[in-house]
Amino acid sequence: MKIIYTDVLIIGGGLAGLRVASGIKERGHDAVVLSLVPPKRSHSAAAQGGMQASLANSVMGEGDNEDVHFSDTIKGSDWGADQEVARMFVHCAPKAIRELAHWGVPWSRVKKGDREAIINAEKVTITEKDEAHGLITARDFGGTKKWRTCYTSDGTGHSMLFAMDNKAKQDGVEVHERMEAISLITDDGRCYGAVARNLMSGELVAYVSKATTMATGGYGRIYSVSTNAIICQGMGQAIALETGIATLGNMEAIQFHPTAIVPVGILTTEGCRGDGGLLLDKDGYRFMPDYEPEKKELASRDVVSRRMTEHMRKGKGVKSRYGDHLWLDITILGRDHIEKNLREVKEICENFLGIDPAVDWIPVRPTQHYSMGGIRTNYTGESQTLKGLYSCGEAACWDLHGFNRLGGNSVSETVVSGMMVAEYIADFCDSHESSMHIHSSKIQIALEVENEKLEALLNHKNGEDAYVLRRRMEEIMMDKVGIFRNEKDLQDAVDELEELYKRSKNIEVFRCKSRAANPALVNAYRTQKMLKVALTVAYGALLRTESRGAHSREDYPARDDENWLNRTITSWPDENQTMPSVSYEDININTMELPPGFRGYGKDLTSHHPDTKARQATVDAVKEKLETGGATRFEVQNALMPYLKKLPLKYQGTNERLGENV
Amino acid sequence: MSEEFKKPRILKINILRFDPHDPEDVPHMETFEIEEAHGMTLYIVLNEIREHHDNALKFDFVCRAGICGSCSMLVNGRPTLACRTLTSKLDEHITLAPLPLFELIGDLSVYTGKWMRGLNKRLETWIHDKEEELNSDKLEQRMEPELADEIYELDRCVECGCCVAGCGTIQMRPEFTGAVGLNKIARYHIDPRDKRSDEEYYELIGDEDGVFGCMSLLGCEDVCPKDLPLQSKIAYLRRMMIKTSMKNNK
Repeated sequence: MKIIYTDVLIIGGGLAGLRVASGIKERGHDAVVLSLVPPKRSHSAAAQGGMQASLANSVMGEGDNEDVHFSDTIKGSDWGADQEVARMFVHCAPKAIRELAHWGVPWSRVKKGDREAIINAEKVTITEKDEAHGLITARDFGGTKKWRTCYTSDGTGHSMLFAMDNKAKQDGVEVHERMEAISLITDDGRCYGAVARNLMSGELVAYVSKATTMATGGYGRIYSVSTNAIICQGMGQAIALETGIATLGNMEAIQFHPTAIVPVGILTTEGCRGDGGLLLDKDGYRFMPDYEPEKKELASRDVVSRRMTEHMRKGKGVKSRYGDHLWLDITILGRDHIEKNLREVKEICENFLGIDPAVDWIPVRPTQHYSMGGIRTNYTGESQTLKGLYSCGEAACWDLHGFNRLGGNSVSETVVSGMMVAEYIADFCDSHESSMHIHSSKIQIALEVENEKLEALLNHKNGEDAYVLRRRMEEIMMDKVGIFRNEKDLQDAVDELEELYKRSKNIEVFRCKSRAANPALVNAYRTQKMLKVALTVAYGALLRTESRGAHSREDYPARDDENWLNRTITSWPDENQTMPSVSYEDININTMELPPGFRGYGKDLTSHHPDTKARQATVDAVKEKLETGGATRFEVQNALMPYLKKLPLKYQGTNERLGENV
Repeated sequence: MSEEFKKPRILKINILRFDPHDPEDVPHMETFEIEEAHGMTLYIVLNEIREHHDNALKFDFVCRAGICGSCSMLVNGRPTLACRTLTSKLDEHITLAPLPLFELIGDLSVYTGKWMRGLNKRLETWIHDKEEELNSDKLEQRMEPELADEIYELDRCVECGCCVAGCGTIQMRPEFTGAVGLNKIARYHIDPRDKRSDEEYYELIGDEDGVFGCMSLLGCEDVCPKDLPLQSKIAYLRRMMIKTSMKNNK
C-alpha cells in the first residue's frame, strides 16, 4: 500500500479547494488536491446566477459597501451567522472578485447610458454612469438591499471554476483525479492526512500531510430530489465525523431553492427573478406580493420557498403527475435578454422540459439546494477540536450563513474562504507547531482498517442492499425533514434512520465483487456514511424547537433567541454509537455589531433574548457618539466589533470603489 | 388518446461493455430492456440499469444538468451529453458506446480529465501577464462590455470531449490539438489580459498538430453540445497564423 507525503492535503477540487491549493503554493508549500472528478466538473460549475461582492459599480448598486453586504448577510442568516466571520467575508469579497478578473473570468461589464430592465413587472429605464463604464456589473438577487450579484451571463460558477482550475495548473498544483478520501488519519488529537481510494484501480493510498483541508461541498444528495450534483453526498462531513474528534455545526440548516424544475430538480437561477421573472399559480396569478408586499419574489430564499409551499397547500398549485408545482414566468424579460443573460436556463428548459422559456412558463417548486451546516471551524478554517484539520466552502460551517444563505454568497464564500484559509494554513505550516509526530505504523494501520472494511462489504453473506437503504433514507429526508418540519415527522425520521443505519453495518455488495472500478462498492460505503450525515440533520432538526431561517418548525413557528440563539454541534465519539452526540454552542449577543432584530418578513414572532436590548442600546450609543464626532464608517465599525487585525495581513487593505477611497 | 396514457415503450439499450481491469473480459455488446417513462433521459436509464439490472455498469455523471460535460458518450454513434438526451427523441433501440480516443476506464466511462489536463498544460490555457502583481484593493481593470460577452461566448466550453470524438483529423494525427484546444487559443487571443504575442501563439498552434492540421471536416461544430462557433474560430486562427508566419518570413 502506497504512502504519499505532502505539506497540505486538500480534499475536493471545486472552487474552494483549488483556491486554497493556489494560495498554499504561493506561500511556498506543497499541496496535493484529491478530486472525485476532474476539477472542472465540480459542482461549483453549476452555480449560475452570480457572486456577491459590494463593488457598487452599477447605478442600482450605488451606495453599496461592506456594511450593507454585512447587514444583508446577517439578516439573511436569521442572526445565526458568526458576525466576525461575516465581516471578514464582506471585506474580502471585492478582492476575491478582482483577483478572479485578473485570472481571466469574463465578468459581465457596465455599459454606460440607458438600458431597459424589468423591475416589479414593469419596464424601467436604467441609466448607467459614464465613469462606471467597463467595470464589473451586478444583478439583483433575493434578500439584498442593492444590486450586488456579479455574473457572467448565467454561467458564473463555470467561468470562475475554469479560471481557478487554469490558475491552479499555472501554479503547478498537483491534482489527483478520481481519488476519494475514505477516512482521515489521526493521532493524538491531530489530523495527518487521509486514506484515499483510487476509483479507477481500487488502490488504497495514504496521503500524509501537516495540514488537511476538507473542501468537499455539501450533503444535498441525502435528499431524493436536490439541485446538487450527484457527487454532493456529504462524504467530507462524514469522514470528519468518523474521526470521533471533529465536530459538525448546524447540520439541520438546509436550504430549499424556490425554483428547481419539475420533476428532475435541476436549478433555474435566482437570476430569473433577480432580472424580473415572476412566480405564478395555477390561475396565472402572481401571489408573492400578497405574502411579502415589500420584497415579493425577491424575499430571502427560505421565505419564498415557504410561501410557495403554503400557496400550494391552499390548492393553488398546478397538478401534475409528479405532484404540485408553480410557474416561473420569465417571458416578460424578452427573448434577447434570455438568450444573453439566462442562456443556461434556456438550454435546461429546452433539453429537459422541451419548452422555450421566452414563450412558455417554467414548472418549478422548492427543492433541496444548499447545506449551511458543515464541519465546524474557527474563522481560520481550522476544526475547533481536531488540530491540523481545516475546512472551507460549503463543506464547512465557519459560520457565514447561519440558518439561511443569501443567493450569490455561496460561490463568493468558496473563493473568499479559500484565499483566507490558505494563508492561515501556510502560517501553520511555517510554524514549529506543524511538525509531524506520527509513527509510520499508525499510517499502516489506518490503511489496513480501511482495507478490512472494504473486504467486509464485498464478503458479507445475506447482507443488506445498499440501494434499498439509501433510497429509503432519501425519501425520509424528503418527506419528513423538508421545508416545514414538526415533532412527529422528525421523531419518525430519526427512529427509522437509526434503524437504517444499524442495518447498513451489514451491507453486502451483490454480484460485482471487483476491488477496482466498482460502482456498487462505492455505493455501499457511501451509503453507510450518508446515513450518519442524515442522522445529524434529522436529529438536530428534531431537537431545535424553534424556527430560524430555513429551519421551520410548524409546532414552534417563532424564532426563540432566549433559548436557541446557538449552534448545534454534532459529533460521533464512539463508532459503536448509533446516534450522533449533540451539544450547543452559545452565540454571544454582547459582541455583536448587529444585535438580533426582525428580518422584515411576515409577522415578527421572535422571542427576544434578555441581552438584546442592552446590546442594541450600546451599539446605538457608540454609533451616535462617533458619528456626531465625524468618525468614518470604518471607525464606527471598528469600535463596535474589531476584526481587521485577524485577517491575513495581505487582505487588510481598504477596498476602492467609484467615489470611495480612490 | 393523449400521450400520457399510451402504453410505454420498452427501450432496448445496447451497451458496449468492457472492463480493462478484468483479464477475462473482452469488449462485447449487452442489451437491457427498460420501460420508458415520461421525461426519461439517458441519465435515468443508465442509473436504472445500474440499480436494478447490473450494478457493475460504469458511466460518469456529475451535474446531470448538461453543465459539467462529464457524461459525453456515443449515442447511436454520435458524441453527445447523455444526461440531457431525452429517450423520447430516440428510436426504441438505443446503442451506447464510450467516447473513442480517450483512455477507457470501463464500459461508458472514459478518462477525458487526463486528456484535457494534458491539453491545458500544453497550450498554457491561463492568462499570461508578466506585469506587476495585482493589487486587489484597487478598482478592477476596465473591459468593454461587448468584449467581455465575446470572451464568455468562447469560455463556455465544458471540455466534454465531444468535438475530439467527432474529429476526423485526430483519427490520423493523435497529437492534434482538436477544436477544444483551438477554441481556447481563440479565447485567450481576444482577451487583452493575456499578453502573449502572435508569435507565442504561433509556437503553440502554428503547425500540423495545431491549426494547420485541421482538415475542415467540421464534425466538431456539428456535435458541440454548447454550440460554440468552432468553424469560424478555426478559420480565424488560421488566417491569423498565416499572417504571423508571413510577417516572420519577411
